[in-house]
Amino acid sequence: MIHIKLFESVGSFAENKDLARDIRMKRLIPALDKGEAIILDFKNIDSATQSFIHALISDLIRNYGAEVLDKISFKNCNETTQKIINIVVDYMQESE
Amino acid sequence: MKIHLPNSAFLGNIDPFLRDFDASHPGTLEITSNKKWISIHPAVLSMVAALGLTIEPSNIKCEKFEATSKHYLERMGLFKFLRMKSGIEITEHDPAGRFIPLTQIKDSVGLTKFITDMIPLLHVEPKQAEPIRYVVSELARNVLEHSLSEHGAILSAQYYIKSNTIRIGIADTGVGIRKTINQSYNAKDDMDAIRLALMPGITGTTKREGGTELNAGAGLFFTKSIANVNRDYFMIYSGKGMYKLLKHKPTAKYTPLHADPFDDRHSKGMDFPFWQGTVVGIDISLNTTKEFSMLLDFIRDTYAKAVRERKKAKYRKAKFT
Repeated sequence: MIHIKLFESVGSFAENKDLARDIRMKRLIPALDKGEAIILDFKNIDSATQSFIHALISDLIRNYGAEVLDKISFKNCNETTQKIINIVVDYMQESE
Repeated sequence: MKIHLPNSAFLGNIDPFLRDFDASHPGTLEITSNKKWISIHPAVLSMVAALGLTIEPSNIKCEKFEATSKHYLERMGLFKFLRMKSGIEITEHDPAGRFIPLTQIKDSVGLTKFITDMIPLLHVEPKQAEPIRYVVSELARNVLEHSLSEHGAILSAQYYIKSNTIRIGIADTGVGIRKTINQSYNAKDDMDAIRLALMPGITGTTKREGGTELNAGAGLFFTKSIANVNRDYFMIYSGKGMYKLLKHKPTAKYTPLHADPFDDRHSKGMDFPFWQGTVVGIDISLNTTKEFSMLLDFIRDTYAKAVRERKKAKYRKAKFT
């Protein structure tokens, strides 16, 4: 299992899509390819944009299927961040 | 080109200002103004600054401003963008709590830094800051990713004490919405392109539902939704098209969002002077700022419904003979 503390790389407002993509490419995909579970830790993150969350997880849902969500735990999300994650998760599954 | 700064140009009454813009002779810029008073939305300032960056300073003719409020233009940094001396002397004040001067954002790192530095200047409560930084991030990233403008995004904002409102303007001189959208769609004119760009899940980068790995086509829909739920103005102008979300009555218990911007209370026109690029203006009233999380509930419902309906529209139909 890998534990990714997002605040350390993206700060309290998670909006930089380039950083989201880097995290996905360099940490999430290699972990999933090894069959590892992932904790995405949002501790100290006040808010995130839909664009950031999309860049972080949409391609995982598309390429690994919605089952990938069983491998990812979203930890320490506040209400706003939870809702934005749910919007992305919803529309990616509606899109399939 | 000729642009005239009028007595008053805010989103509610911006149409005459836009119609007065003369886009001919793009190698020169002549700026004139109302002689008595200039009171303008940051979107207007951002437009003038963005135009100024595309012109050699020697080809910019700016008449001497006489209006009492001319100091505002100096303080917002307009003449730095025009690369000319205004001759207006001001005492610099700490901008905290009042305004964000004209700022050019050219890359992702610059945007992140700008957002971090910007919020303390506005001295707003955390719940009021949330939609502001959200809007700035989404709008500026749109410019950086899609406009292909060498000058990036030109942004400014102002707090208005009387209406307790933050007004934000962002302009670019890039390829415009129609060219971006038509990489994947076939918008017949600028207004058609604006309409598509405001729909959730429509992006110029792909026709596929869910977007690409980096683009979902939701940034403008979120931005318009923030204005809609709070009953604020939102304006987008690109090419010859201008769409404006109008205020609506506060009596409704809640505001249903619409996936199609033409279903919202709005005005529009597709015969405006041609703007090479895109301009967005938004007002965020701090009195009526609804909980951001409540807005997200509306967005979640509207977004998923829009995707379902688009998918359903593509279903093959049974033939009954």
